Amino acid sequence: MNLTLRIWRQTGPEDKGRMVTYPVEDISPDMSFLEMLDVLNERLTLAGEEPVAFDHDCREGICGMCGMMINGNAHGPQRGTTACQLHMRQFTDGETIDIEPWRARAFPVVKDLVVNRNAFDEIIAGGGFVTAPTGSAPEAHAAPVAKADADAAFESAACIGCGACVAACPNGSGMLFTAAKVTQLSLLPQGQPERYTRVIGMVDSHDDAGFGGCTNAGECTVVCPKGIPLHTIGRLNRDYLAATAKHTGRS
Amino acid sequence: MAMKTAESMHWTTDLTAFSVSHVVVMSRTRSPIRSTVGLKAVMAVTGLVLVLFLVAHMLGNLKIFTGAEDFDHYAHWLRDLGTPLLPYGWYLWLQRGALLIALAGHIWAATMLALRARSARPVRYAHRKKVQGSYAARTMRWGGVIIALFVIYHILDLTTGHLNPVGDPSRPQANVVADFAPERWYVTLFYTLAVVALGFHLRHGAYSALRSLGQQTSQGERRARGLALLFAVALSVGYLVVPFAVLLGLVS
Repeated sequence: MNLTLRIWRQTGPEDKGRMVTYPVEDISPDMSFLEMLDVLNERLTLAGEEPVAFDHDCREGICGMCGMMINGNAHGPQRGTTACQLHMRQFTDGETIDIEPWRARAFPVVKDLVVNRNAFDEIIAGGGFVTAPTGSAPEAHAAPVAKADADAAFESAACIGCGACVAACPNGSGMLFTAAKVTQLSLLPQGQPERYTRVIGMVDSHDDAGFGGCTNAGECTVVCPKGIPLHTIGRLNRDYLAATAKHTGRS
Repeated sequence: MAMKTAESMHWTTDLTAFSVSHVVVMSRTRSPIRSTVGLKAVMAVTGLVLVLFLVAHMLGNLKIFTGAEDFDHYAHWLRDLGTPLLPYGWYLWLQRGALLIALAGHIWAATMLALRARSARPVRYAHRKKVQGSYAARTMRWGGVIIALFVIYHILDLTTGHLNPVGDPSRPQANVVADFAPERWYVTLFYTLAVVALGFHLRHGAYSALRSLGQQTSQGERRARGLALLFAVALSVGYLVVPFAVLLGLVS
């Protein structure tokens, strides 16, 4: 396959950045999207040019490091797939592909396609943990969890924190991530003692990081490589409103 | 042994750090209403108040099909409502006051969220798929502006009568008939566009309001979406039958 890539190049946080066009040739349809970028980078390196910086780690779709806007789609056109698991057979020979970094105030560009996602860590620090030392995995029968709750908690726990939800959101909101992290704890017995302080702390951290608000547009869940459902946000909303009602006059 | 002590000390420090952040969370002083989740709750509650009015208003409009006398009587009855407990016309002013408060809250929360959204993405995408989720959701803000402009026009037209060819507050039926006369097709066109915008606004708004107030299951989501769509269509049709009945000469 021969392709034309238009890639966002930005030398550092202070640089204004621009789209730069690169033709790539002899791309195998069996390559992953990142392998295609590796081919481009090898060529750029040999030519003495600066290779395109992009985040990646496991290349198995489970670590959450990779992620870029591909033709306006977070992680590209294939649903439920990270950029590293996206294969070039999803594209047609001769196609022009636009590649941009996640765009959000809370995710400043470090270089080219690499963004700083510390804001997600700040949301976790706002309450996405259980303070009691729980030790190793408990014996499964010790604390019974209803099957439906276990399934929903697991569904949320599948979030890999890649940031595609923020990138796709018309409001630049990090609510799907925050909701997933709230839900995976609020449905389990270990998460109950801090359930209501947690949700307030995490929403505060989310807002402080400069993310926008959720308007239930649903763009996030479409691009989520782990398919975190939109109604997870309803769970967060309910816990938040309950927490607010409980703490009225106390804080 | 020394290792073990170090390890337990490590735990202790961790716990202290966690309790400190815990205390910070507990003693927060900011208003929860101003958070992104709180603002959405404000949008939902004020929106539902406005929706209650829309339903009542639409049902009242349908009185036009039972005759001019009935319709005019209904309009006068609204002013008479609550007498002698309330002086004449007061009920309507109380309702207008409540609606104005709800509207102000709705627009305030929407503006705060829109400003947040704007600042949350300072650099735009060069290539962006317009809609992957819902079209109605993507047009909420501009739809809301169109509806607000229409409401201003609508009040000047059929409440105060300034922009109405008849403009007689004692004969509301005559005002409506004159308004949607065939030669004033542009009024009907504008009215139709505004009602369609309202339908889109409600289709996402009603569903979104339920979500903002804690609707949290996938089954509930399907029900909420279906209900919102049905409601939006029913309300839009209810509003549109009046001008089109006048246009086609079914009401005169």
